[in-house]
Amino acid sequence: MTRHSETPTDDDERMDFEDAIVSDSEASADERIETDGGVGTPFEVVSEYEETRRDRYRKLYDAYVHAPISIIWRDWRARIGFTIVAIYLLMGTVGPLFVEPTSVTEGPALAAPFETMEYPLGTDNQGRDLLSQTVHSTSTILKMVLSGAVFTVGIGTIIGSIAGYKGGMTDTVLSSITDVFINIPGFPLVMVLGLMFDDQILGNPFAIGVLLSIASWGGLARAIRSQMLTLREESFVEASQAMGIGTSTIVFKEIVPHLMPFVVINLTNAGRKVIFEAVALYYLGILPFQDLNWGSILNQAYGANAHARPDAIHWFLVPMFAIVFISVGLTLLGQSLDRVFNPRVRARHEKTTADVEGDGDGETQTQDAMGV
Amino acid sequence: MILNKYASTMVTIDWRIRRLGQAVFTVWAVITLSFALVRMLPGNMMGAMITRLARQGINPARARELVEYRMTIDPDAPLLPAYLSYVSETLQGNLGQSVFYSRPVVDVLAEALPWTLFVLSWAVFISFFIGISIGALMAYWEGGKLDIGLTSYAVLMGSIPFYVLAILLLIFLSYRLGWFPTGGRQPIATDPGFNLTYISGIVTHAALPVLSMLVASGVASLGMRGNSIRVLGEDYLRVARLRGLSDITISTQYVARNAVLPMYTTLLISIGEMFGGSIVLEQVFQYRGVGWYMLSATHQRDYPLMMGGFMVITVAMVIALLLADLTYGYVDPRARRSQ
Repeated sequence: MTRHSETPTDDDERMDFEDAIVSDSEASADERIETDGGVGTPFEVVSEYEETRRDRYRKLYDAYVHAPISIIWRDWRARIGFTIVAIYLLMGTVGPLFVEPTSVTEGPALAAPFETMEYPLGTDNQGRDLLSQTVHSTSTILKMVLSGAVFTVGIGTIIGSIAGYKGGMTDTVLSSITDVFINIPGFPLVMVLGLMFDDQILGNPFAIGVLLSIASWGGLARAIRSQMLTLREESFVEASQAMGIGTSTIVFKEIVPHLMPFVVINLTNAGRKVIFEAVALYYLGILPFQDLNWGSILNQAYGANAHARPDAIHWFLVPMFAIVFISVGLTLLGQSLDRVFNPRVRARHEKTTADVEGDGDGETQTQDAMGV
Repeated sequence: MILNKYASTMVTIDWRIRRLGQAVFTVWAVITLSFALVRMLPGNMMGAMITRLARQGINPARARELVEYRMTIDPDAPLLPAYLSYVSETLQGNLGQSVFYSRPVVDVLAEALPWTLFVLSWAVFISFFIGISIGALMAYWEGGKLDIGLTSYAVLMGSIPFYVLAILLLIFLSYRLGWFPTGGRQPIATDPGFNLTYISGIVTHAALPVLSMLVASGVASLGMRGNSIRVLGEDYLRVARLRGLSDITISTQYVARNAVLPMYTTLLISIGEMFGGSIVLEQVFQYRGVGWYMLSATHQRDYPLMMGGFMVITVAMVIALLLADLTYGYVDPRARRSQ
């Protein structure tokens, strides 16, 4: 077995780098006496192909687009997860076109679910249709998830990778800031800030996403930093430095792509966390709201003592189901992504996946720091 | 190389002190942030309090005095002296006066804190115990029926926000079945003290809040499952088998130990989330802990009590994380080197 057949997923840059070393040492290698019955060592293997630009793009496509999607699709979790998330996307975009908005005293108070076609999920104590409320909440929630997840992961990745790569004083400062944010309990902080900035937040779901991300980027930044510490010792980084490439190019164009799997997995976790926290804030009645959303439905239900009334239980269950179902989808998606990208999970399954080309990279140690 | 060696020995000597420094730094940052929110930022709490008092017909000078007494920040002093005196008051344990209760904030919260810690420590302990056991089982029978069943359980638990479970438990176990009290933190009609009815009353009141936090066991078990599977793929296990070590030795000394240790990160994150989550949890069960007071202060615009609650929750969490970090160094020698 040669080294190359064991690691078919080596990066292009590193291959080039190794090839260069090989050709330098070729002369001396030729003169060596073979003591192992003539079996070649990997250091004598010279690349047989010239790689064109097109080959390279094809390889990149295979490694980062085709292979992950085909692996993901083989996993049942991913299929379910994708489907659930797609349902919510449809509900948030075209759902409001099909389901009419509801208003007070539209139907009888506290109609039970699954009895009339007019109010399939029942009504609340003011006769508002719960299905319509749930569907019309979706787009608001999705906007929060989008901005919250992007901001959390964006800030976490930028701060963590700069801290890990630069080291020294920069690292000390950025890590201290990160540690402060990890040590402050996120929810109370968001609660106080939400109260202070309620004017800016009212009717702007994107702002709520940003607000929620303030308290939750710390864990990711710390995880990214520790991976950066390993990655910056890699030979391709040294090569880039020797070539005089600028720091930001090395960090964001050379190294961060290696962390992408980890980052993508954390997007789903961050999205789930945004939903949980946003709904909690609305449930507690801290954030002002114009349009109903899942959290404010829960808030009104609790306020109307629906938990003590046997005929009102669907008022809780409908928004709860909406929350749990989307987070099941996000969890499954995150898990299947973890399976695809996480080489340490693959360690035991190496034989079954070794035939798939370019699924992730060998050095990233995807930690379960964020939960799933 | 020499420099590296030197640096690493420095780290091993110093990390406890550095960790302590980090905790102090966090507390300082929170005090500063709270000062900024109360006094500096546009639309700050002080302005709001003074306006409200003035609207109640209290003359402006008296209103400013009252606010200074309640918030321990002088609204008229220049920023720096006001800041310094606020920091020193806070460090001496003076968090101001609650508007609603007309008592020092510290008194209100000191009475509530043990209740919160009681619930949270049991929640952390039980959910991690269950999570780690389930995770180990899943990894052992990986791919089997039990694994699929337990993984579905874990995914579902991880997808349910704890407050949703809390409301469901409240509806079904308290209101429908009447097994547990519907709210509060202690039985009403018994004398507080060391007697059986009182203690069992406390336990039944805390039971549902603790059970709601079991959702954390889902995340923990998935983490444990992943870690165990990773360890099972390691070469040193093959070596251990070749050495002829017994299955029990391998599973307890090799697999379990190495798989449990990285769970520490998950544990820290859950402690953080539980401290933050105590606000929602205590609201659902009307459990008068620190979170409940902070929330009711928020609704009543009782800013001193609200900021005090924020401060107390933060300090409690900083101390909890500090203790966890310091003790972890003894459990896992690798942690000391990587700090």
